[in-house]
Formats: sequence, C-alpha cells, structure tokens
Amino acid sequence: MNGASQRKFIRLNVAGIILNNLQTAYSVPTENKTIMANISSNFLGIKSPNPFWLASAPPTDKKYNVLRAFEAGWGGVVWKTLGSQVKNVSSRYSAVDYGGQRVMGFNNIELISDRPLHINLKEITECVKLFPDRAMIVSLMADNDKKSWHELIKKCEDAGAMGFELNFGCPHGMTERGMGAAVGQDPEIACMVVEWVMEAATIPVITKLTPNVHSVVPTGRSVVKAGTNALSLINTIQSVTGVDLDTLVPNPYVAGKSVFGGYCGPAVKPIALKMLTTIAQDELTSKVPISGIGGVSTWKDAVEFMLLGASNVQVCTAAMKHGFRIVEDMIEGLSNWMDEKGYKTLDDFIGKSVSTITHWEDLDINYHHIAKINQDKCIHCGLCYIACEDTSHQSINLAYGKPYNTYTVKDEECVGCNLCKLVCPVDDCITMEEHRVAPEYINWIEWQKRGLPLNDH
Amino acid sequence: MAIQNNRLTKEQYEANFADIHPPFENKTAAQVEASRCLFCYDAPCTKSCPTHIDVPKFIKQIVTDNVKGSAHTIFTSNIMGAGCSKVCPVEKLCEGSCVFNLLDEPPIPIAKLQRYSTEKAMENNWQLFERKNSVGKKVAVVGAGPAGLSCAHVLSREGIDVTIYEKESKGGGLMTYGIAAYKVTPQFCEDEVNYITSIGGIEIKYNHELGKDITLSQLKKEFDAVYLGIGVGVARQLDIPGEKLEGVVDAIKFIYNIRANGYPSVPVGDKVAVIGMGMTAIDAATQAKRLGAKQVTMVYRRTEKEKPCTQHELDIAMLDGCEVIWLAAPQKIKGSGGKVKQLVCSVMKLGDPDASGRRSPVDTGETFTLDVDMVIKAAGQVPFEKLIKKSRLDNKNGKIVINENCATSIKGVFAGGDAVNGGKEVVDAVQAGKDGAKAILKYLAP
Ligand SMILES: Cc1cc2nc3c(=O)[nH]c(=O)nc-3n(C[C@H](O)[C@H](O)[C@H](O)COP(=O)(O)OP(=O)(O)OC[C@H]3O[C@@H](n4cnc5c(N)ncnc54)[C@H](O)[C@@H]3O)c2cc1C
Ligand SMILES: Cc1cc2nc3c(=O)[nH]c(=O)nc-3n(C[C@H](O)[C@H](O)[C@H](O)COP(=O)(O)O)c2cc1C
Ligand code: SF4
Ligand code: SF4
Ligand code: SF4
Repeated sequence: MNGASQRKFIRLNVAGIILNNLQTAYSVPTENKTIMANISSNFLGIKSPNPFWLASAPPTDKKYNVLRAFEAGWGGVVWKTLGSQVKNVSSRYSAVDYGGQRVMGFNNIELISDRPLHINLKEITECVKLFPDRAMIVSLMADNDKKSWHELIKKCEDAGAMGFELNFGCPHGMTERGMGAAVGQDPEIACMVVEWVMEAATIPVITKLTPNVHSVVPTGRSVVKAGTNALSLINTIQSVTGVDLDTLVPNPYVAGKSVFGGYCGPAVKPIALKMLTTIAQDELTSKVPISGIGGVSTWKDAVEFMLLGASNVQVCTAAMKHGFRIVEDMIEGLSNWMDEKGYKTLDDFIGKSVSTITHWEDLDINYHHIAKINQDKCIHCGLCYIACEDTSHQSINLAYGKPYNTYTVKDEECVGCNLCKLVCPVDDCITMEEHRVAPEYINWIEWQKRGLPLNDH
Repeated sequence: MAIQNNRLTKEQYEANFADIHPPFENKTAAQVEASRCLFCYDAPCTKSCPTHIDVPKFIKQIVTDNVKGSAHTIFTSNIMGAGCSKVCPVEKLCEGSCVFNLLDEPPIPIAKLQRYSTEKAMENNWQLFERKNSVGKKVAVVGAGPAGLSCAHVLSREGIDVTIYEKESKGGGLMTYGIAAYKVTPQFCEDEVNYITSIGGIEIKYNHELGKDITLSQLKKEFDAVYLGIGVGVARQLDIPGEKLEGVVDAIKFIYNIRANGYPSVPVGDKVAVIGMGMTAIDAATQAKRLGAKQVTMVYRRTEKEKPCTQHELDIAMLDGCEVIWLAAPQKIKGSGGKVKQLVCSVMKLGDPDASGRRSPVDTGETFTLDVDMVIKAAGQVPFEKLIKKSRLDNKNGKIVINENCATSIKGVFAGGDAVNGGKEVVDAVQAGKDGAKAILKYLAP
C-alpha cells in the first residue's frame, strides 16, 4: 500500500486512538521509497496537521459542528465570532446558481454568534481537550471600547484559545453599531482596536480584513503597525444576489424586505486572490503571515491561495454546501500535487507566484502567441468562431460543412487574446502557440521611447 | 397454434405499450440536461433536423426558464414539434449529429427536451401564433396528416382560409394510424391536431375521401389552390404463393387496427414471421410481441449491414425478444385448411454491388422452413397509384412528381410528404408542408 492510499483509508474518530493515526498519516515516513509530502502547517506557532481551517461562520459555531469537522480531518477552526448580544432574523441566506449548478455564490445576513458566551467558552474548552493537535482560533468582535475587548480576550484565553482573529469585516448588522466592517474600513479605528487587543492578548492575533474597501492595503498596514501578528482575508463582500421576479423583493426575503448581504463562495475567489496579492506584495503587510479566505472549495483553490502568499486557507461556503467530507480530497489532492512537484513542505511553495504578478507597463510587448485548433480534437461546435467573429478580431475562418463546419485560425489576424481557447469546450483543443514578434524583451515605456507604432491592429 | 386476440390482461397491455421515451420527471431534471448543451453556433443538430428547429436556442430557453419562448422556437419551425419529440428517429437526425457524439459522450437528449417544452405548451394551451386577418383566399388541403396539417397551419397564419379533406374520422395521418402505439397515444394525437388547428381558419372535413366523395377538379374549381398530402397506402405485395391464406396480414393494416381499435381487439399468432427490416417491420414485430405473440421472427433478404432501419430500432426489437434471420427471402407460404402453417424462405448470399453500391442478395438455391401461424408483410409501402393516375397527376410509380416549387403537373395543385417521397419520417412531411405552403403563398400573391 503506498502512502496516498494509506491516507485515504484512515478513518477518524473522536476516541483517543485517532491522534496516533493522524501523526503517522501526515508526517514523512522515513524508510518509504515514495517520499510523502508533509502538509502540516505552522501558523504563528499554532500547529495543525494540514493547512485547512474552517472560517469563522456557522460551521464553527458550536461544539457539535466543530467535533464533526475535526473528525472529518479539518486542521483547525476559527470559532464563530464572539462578542455582544445579538438577535438573528429569518431567512438568512441566498445564492447565485450558474450553469445548472447551485451556489456559485452565496450570501448571508447573519450576525455574529447568537449563543450565550459562557456556553461557547465551555464548548471551546471541550473541543481543545478532545483535539489538542488542531488549531483553535477564536474570532472576536467586542463592543467598541477597550474594556470590553480586554474582558473578552481574557475569557477566551482562559477557555483555551490558541489564537484570536479580529473580525473587522462583517459587512452587515454589526456595522450599524460601529463594529465589523465599520472598523475595518477605517484604518485609524482599526489601528486603535488592534492596539487595545495587543495590550491584553498573550496568544497570536490575526486581523481579518474586509473587502468592502477600494484597497485592503491601508487597513492592512495600519493594523500591522499596531502590532497584529497576522492578517486574514477576505470577509464577505456586500451584495444583492438577485431579485425574486414574482415578489419583486430581493433575496434573502425577510417579511417583504431584504438587506445587502455578505457575498462569498466560488464567485468571490478571483477578487480574494487579487486582494491577497496586494497584501502579499506590500512591503509592510507582507512581513506577517496571511490566512487566505474567499471561495476556497478544492485543493487546487488552496494551492493557488498559497502560491499567492497565504500560509494557510480558511473555508466556509464549500463546507456549507457539501459538508465537512470535502476536506478528505483537499488533503489528498494537496499532498499528491506536492509529491508530483517535489515539494516536501508547505513552505517550499508558499508565495512562489507573488512576484509573477507585475505592473502592466513591465509586460513584454514582443511576446505574441496565436491560437491553434487541433482538428483531431475539434468537435465543430463553432463557439470559438462566433466569439471571435462577433466580439473579437474575426480571426477564425468557417468552412461550411453538413452537419459539421471546419474552423481554422487566420494566423495574421489573431491577436492572441485567448477568447477562443477560453470558450472552447474541449480540453487542449485550442492551444496558444508562441510566435514572438522579436527576440528581445521590450516594455511599454521603452516602446514609447523608441517611437514604435501604436494602434496598429 | 392459433391466431387470437385478447391474449393479455389490461395491466399487461398497458405495461407493454407504455411510453417508450418517458418524459423528464421535473424541471430540475430538464434543466440539468439542458445545461449540458453547448449552445453551438450554426449547430449540427439544427442542420440535421429536417425542419431546422433552432435547437440550441430552444434548449437555452429551457435553461433560462423561458419555456413559452422555447415552445415558440420549436413550433415556429415545426408545428408538430410535440409529436416529433416522441416519434423522430433522432439517432439518425438531430441527436445523431450532436457534437457530444464526437467526444464519445451521450448526446444532448434533444427530443426529450423538445417534449418538455411542447408538452407544457399543449397542457396550458399556450396560443403562440396569431392568424392574420383573412385575406379572402381559400385553399383545399387533402389529407390531415403531418404534411397537410403543417401546410394548413402556415397558410392559416397568413390569413388564408383552409379546408382539409380527410378520408378517416380522425386527423394526424400515420401519426394516429401508423406509428407504434408505445410512442404516441390516440389521445395525444387528437390533442395535437386540436392544438394545431386552434389557431383558427382551418376546417377539417372528416370522412371525405378524394376520388370517392370529392374529385380534384371539384376542388380546383372551388379553391384558389390545392395541396395534396395523402401519404402512401398499403404494404407492398410479396407476389409469392400463399399470400391470400388466412393469417397473412399487411403491417400497415395490422398497426392501423392496434391504433384505431385498441390492443385487446387485435388478433395475433403464437408464432409470427415479419417480412422486411424497415421501420414498419420493426414496429410490426415489436407490437406483435407486445400483443402476446410467443415467438416473432423477422426475415430479411440482406445482412445486418444493409438494414434500412436504424440500430436503435433494431435494438428495440431485439430487446423485445424478436428473432432475426438475415439473408432469408420468403419464397412461399404454405397452409392447411386455408390457414397459414409455414413460411418457406430461400437462403441468400450477397452478390456484387449494384449501381447504388449496395450488394444485392442472390439465391443460393437452399431453403429453410419456419413453422408459423401468422405472416406480417412489411416490405415497403405502395403509393395510391390508381387515384393519382386517375387524377392525371404526373407521377413516378404512383409517387407524385413535383418541381422545386412543390407544384404538380396540374396548375394550382401542390403536393408533399410521403405522397411525394414515397415514405420518410413525420418530420420530413412537416417540412414538406411548410415548403408547400410557402410555394402556395407565392402562387397566390397578387
Ligand atoms: C408503421 C409506420 C411506422 C412509422 N413510424 C414512424 C416513426 O416512428 N417516426 C416517424 O417520424 N415516422 C414514422 N413513420 C412515417 C410517418 O408516419 C410518415 O412519414 C408521415 O406520417 C407522413 O406524413 P404525410 O402527411 O405525408 O402522410 P400520412 O401521415 O400518411 O397522412 C396522409 C393523410 O391523408 C389521408 N388520405 C389519404 N388518402 C386520402 C384521400 N384520398 N382523401 C382524403 N384523405 C386521404 C390519410 O388518411 C392520412 O390522414 C412510420 C410510418 C409507418 C407506416
Ligand atoms: C453564514 C455566514 C456567516 C458568517 N459569519 C462570520 C462571522 O461571524 N465572522 C467572520 O469573521 N466571518 C463570517 N463569515 C465570513 C466567512 O468566515 C468567510 O470569510 C467568507 O464566507 C469567505 O469564505 P468562503 O468563500 O469560503 O465562504 C460568515 C460567512 C457566512 C456564509
Ligand atoms: S470551440 Fe473548440 S471544439 Fe468548438 S469549433 Fe472551436 S476549436 Fe472546435
Ligand atoms: S423535430 Fe425531430 S429531428 Fe427535429 S429537432 Fe425535434 S426531435 Fe430532432
Ligand atoms: S450539437 Fe448538441 S451541444 Fe451543440 S447545440 Fe446541438 S444539442 Fe447542443
């Protein structure tokens, strides 16, 4: 039995024996010929057997869920945000479906934990006791005064929290009370709150950033200066997922009304990745570890976040859609990918892609590629043709056939935009072939300097 | 051994003749399949539909929850879109050329999706077309089959007043009287005819037979134009000894009885031989089996490679437990007491290819004998030659000859469908009706 399949068959259980299993499962076997990747994670000294944490949200709001998550194999949790007393409404969620699939995007109008604080604290203690090898981070959003923060921090540390995540991101319900995104959107207020926290906290502090700003960097810098040990992003994005065409009321529906909800799930991943990159590239914010959040659903998503600078990832929507079992494939997929690429530990690849995102004016103008259609793979759907013909550069030729037309690229006309390749339903049917205009690198600034031709297509 | 009706219980008949292509259970099921469609450009499926239904468009409209629009898209090209969705041999039409075949994946279930939208339209009686004000012109259509109905609908939309003369007491043509009972029900056929004619401006005169109750010259006098959509008639004679014995039946009449009179009334033998391998032969064989025949054997002169039916149809017969003997040509039917007892066949082999490239069967001189009590003839259908010749219409072995404008040799008389092509599919007849209507409109244009 090789390493991968061995891991697959390990079934976790709340009982004590599982802990041994876990250690053997995720560490590097010494004498084995296949060198298995070590996917254990160390975030600010908080260890977890893998880099997959559950984000602060309903999946982490009570002992019952968290134990099930740990049994399923999750590396850690960020406990549902604790703070002042709240009251939730019904309904609370809505979603955007796409292409016959449910929940491409998800939104909610829920508040922070609506359970009594003492119960949450008791349950945190119990979870840590049962699963001491998993990360237990507690998300906090205290009332906007120093004393409230200090009291909450003390109670949570006593309960066994291993770290804190400051929720400066919740875009609804709490902002009206000067909390959540209202803090995260104002670098000065955020700085002040982090300073209060750092005075009291004896365990690592992560500050969670709101995406409801035009740049996450100012708040990020401000809280790093104030001493936060790490950053996490993103929280949800303010949104309206749609309007019901019968009631004419947007979703989610609450007695004939709705409010802006926080958007998350696969739809927000590209935005999250961009925001993550700006934090990973900034001189100051890049000094602290980052926990990546926003649309992570598979091991591939996780790897992408990590390549762009996240030390670990947090997941909410994917778990809410499919349950905790998705972590099995996340673990196996990540490990297999690392084996394939020869990475032994997470640190071997974290941040590797950060420097490849550059400024537009630094791009090489002499780089050129042209679409090529593999006629053996082509199924004659015509999608490349109509996309290029109607909306791009009329670079694809149609030769009529019954029932199948033949499509070929007009090399001279193709600008290499990728559109045809993106819409083609067949894997690797359209490839982009490199045809440099000239061998040397030349960027936009140099191009202008030399007075080279513009608007020439 | 005997030919006998009422072999099964009501439940058995119902189970045996249940819808062979069940519909989608619900909206989600339809949308999941519809979402798979790639929305091809200049789509191969559309090109392979004789009526050129904009398939990607109507499927996309299912995805966007615009089912009414979807039905409109279908009916615009094919007013019998509901019936076609149940009877089209899609494996050689639209679905046969769906691009997913090239990926070795199952094609989009186009017909099933077409059924989804059109069924909703019929259930809710959505009126998707408006008839223009009457332009004061009258056209007679002979035959209320797919060709005639399709022609009538297009004409009526343009404000022409249409009268259909139909020899039977029900409309739909072979849809009602010929197609296998497990594809469409009599009720559905009736509903479809009513739905098509609900646009108004179409009057159907049932039990009016051309050549008996009315003549072509009468129609020519009374109407501004005439369209002949009379289809083809009975099965071809075998011209072998014993054809007159009791127990030798014509496939078309056999199926007509099933469709017109109901399953229990139709007698069927214990051991049945079906002669031919076209769609009609398959339908006769499977339905004989489903009526309770113990053994059904199909005999065909050529090999499986030359079979005129599609593989899909042959599979239905095989799954029903019908047996097939290839390279067997009926030579004579033997009987006793006036009743069928045996079918004697010559063993054939394939000879040299003929002009069309098909290798024709040649007799090896050997024979074999099947013990049977019923022989169903399904070796092609013959046109209404007598009627057509009497009406002085230019024809080829009884098939009406038309020019590129669907016009016959008699001015003002147009024709299409099986009567012209000798027998194809419903969807071809619908297209022929559209073409005929277009030609008539041009002819009538001031
Ligand atoms: C057994 C069988 C099974 C078939 N199965 C299928 C199938 O599964 N799918 C498919 O697509 N196609 C099938 N077909 C073919 C299809 O039914 C025909 O191609 C189609 O019905 C032709 O339409 P039409 O309008 O040209 O002729 P018909 O449907 O034959 O309609 C002609 C109409 O004219 C009437 N008529 C005839 N003579 C006169 C007259 N003298 N005066 C007045 N009215 C007259 C007839 O009663 C009839 O109503 C099948 C055919 C047969 C025989
Ligand atoms: C129903 C729901 C409730 C949430 N509650 C909180 C919360 O209390 N505190 C918090 O920091 N984030 C909260 N979030 C945001 C998630 O932690 C996470 O940042 C966001 O959903 C993006 O990740 P995802 O795309 O994996 O869902 C909530 C999200 C959802 C869907
Ligand atoms: S999109 Fe791809 S499969 Fe479709 S026609 Fe173009 S190259 Fe062929
Ligand atoms: S009418 Fe028949 S051939 Fe045409 S698209 Fe519909 S099912 Fe396919
Ligand atoms: S060929 Fe298939 S995938 Fe393409 S439009 Fe037609 S049904 Fe859809």
